[in-house]
Amino acid sequence: MSKNKNHQAQSDRYEIRLSGSGGQGLILAGVMLAEAMGVEDGKNVVQTQSYGPEARGGASRADVVVSSDTIYYPKPMGLDLLLALTQEACDTYFSALRENGILIIDSDLVHQPPTPDCYSFPFTMLAKNEIGHVMVANVISLGAIVEITRLASKDSIKTVVKSRAPVGTEEKNLKALELGFKIAKEKMKSTRTAAV
Amino acid sequence: MGKNIRLLQGNEACVEGALLAGVRFFGGYPITPSTEIAEGLARRLPLVDGTFVQMEDEIGSLAAVIGASVAGVKAMTATSGPGFSLMQEHIGYAYMAEAPCVVIDVQRGGPSTGLPTKVSQSDIMQAAYGTHGDYRAIVLSASSCEECLLYTIKAVNLSEKYRTPVVLLTDEVIGHMREKVEIPDPEELEIVDRVKPEVPPEWYKHFEITPTFISPMASFGDGYRFNITGLTHDEMGFPTAKPVQIKAKLDKLRKKIERNKEDICEIKTTYMDDEPHVVVLSTGIVSRAANQAVKMARQKRMKVGAIQLVTVWPFPDELIMQYMKSCRHLIVAELNQGQILKEIERYIDKRHTKIESLQRYDSELITPQDILQKVREVK
Repeated sequence: MSKNKNHQAQSDRYEIRLSGSGGQGLILAGVMLAEAMGVEDGKNVVQTQSYGPEARGGASRADVVVSSDTIYYPKPMGLDLLLALTQEACDTYFSALRENGILIIDSDLVHQPPTPDCYSFPFTMLAKNEIGHVMVANVISLGAIVEITRLASKDSIKTVVKSRAPVGTEEKNLKALELGFKIAKEKMKSTRTAAV
Repeated sequence: MGKNIRLLQGNEACVEGALLAGVRFFGGYPITPSTEIAEGLARRLPLVDGTFVQMEDEIGSLAAVIGASVAGVKAMTATSGPGFSLMQEHIGYAYMAEAPCVVIDVQRGGPSTGLPTKVSQSDIMQAAYGTHGDYRAIVLSASSCEECLLYTIKAVNLSEKYRTPVVLLTDEVIGHMREKVEIPDPEELEIVDRVKPEVPPEWYKHFEITPTFISPMASFGDGYRFNITGLTHDEMGFPTAKPVQIKAKLDKLRKKIERNKEDICEIKTTYMDDEPHVVVLSTGIVSRAANQAVKMARQKRMKVGAIQLVTVWPFPDELIMQYMKSCRHLIVAELNQGQILKEIERYIDKRHTKIESLQRYDSELITPQDILQKVREVK
């Protein structure tokens, strides 16, 4: 018989949802983020996903919970970060976002953001025009998430993207990741300047 | 050397556990949400000189597993509700023939084909009473990816030790979710192998009634003579109609489990050290919500504890009852219509401890909020 002791009073539990439609690579992005924070950075992580017929074609999502404490309940109880790559996903999950939660959207695919207080990037357009492959929009958004939140170290996410990317696409994916870092950095800089 | 930590799905963790435990045969038929176990072992078993066979159905699957086991190989299968129903006949056969084997049931919603992609804990009773005849089951239940690995090993160990089928219950959520799992160093693991006979072949009895009721087990091909049958048999394995031998066989099967309850049964407790008056009893994935709820309740200075069943069958009543002296309200939380509830009711003195049930069978998980609300109701 074992006993669970050592509970911290304050938890740094952080809950993330990557949402969009089936085929946008959100599950893989969730796995990559979880692996970077968990295996590389040593935090506790749980990654869950919508599964079944509704995950094909329609709304798809990957959830990641991260904490330095033990994670008991594996699914998000509210959202600290929501990535929405379709209008439908944004509409469905926005209400779960906490008061100070971060919303990141694809500016070309979410035409009506529920709040002006969000990060908006043309992930899919950039994937097509800058990297030459629409499939890497997930990795560009991963780069933006890491740049904005610092949830994982850049080295960790690079290591994971390289190892989890399909064989032969490593370079493209790393380029996409760097692009994500870059656009988020610029956006944050301009937001700060605007605030001043 | 650093620890080998990987991000694995529950089903993938079962594969790692099986290989570490020494499983070298898998006979199965793919079914959601267990398929990743078969896929993983189909890839990995050939690399360690093991055998993977996709059978024609689940009846054939467990038959093949029993055959491999009797031939001396640690063997298992994995399935979900509908396939588990088909396997019940051969679970009884493995029990009668005392052939060690493991069945992992990744639970989904039922009855019948039910909800292939949704979570459930509704096979708890079937795991104990699904096969006909007087059957004493050993059933474990995992609540995390790490436990998927460790309890697959524990299931194989118990099956080898007691020469009996062992079921490991998980569910759709645990099967598919990913968590960090430490792959243990094989050198540091306790791996149990079935006891082999030390007597010369002419003295050997495959089903010998020993003081521990566990008989040493020769394999086909070792040069020992024995018979395997589902018919009630004597110590050599040949069918018998003698009441004395029939009773002796059935007592042997029962006692080897019953007398070792202490060794087989395990529970885990959270915040149970200060004799809480409110206790949440659960197993598997629901224990994750229970522990979360208890932690949240403690932050609000509510004295609540949680008990997780690791062994579901034989029911660990003694282990639970030591905590019931101080317990006034026992909340039984489960993803079914009250299967653990019906069992625990047999042991609880209701004048002392009030039983409250919290059930969900709408394909969604019981949340920490669901449990907290129940705790507030009883407080």
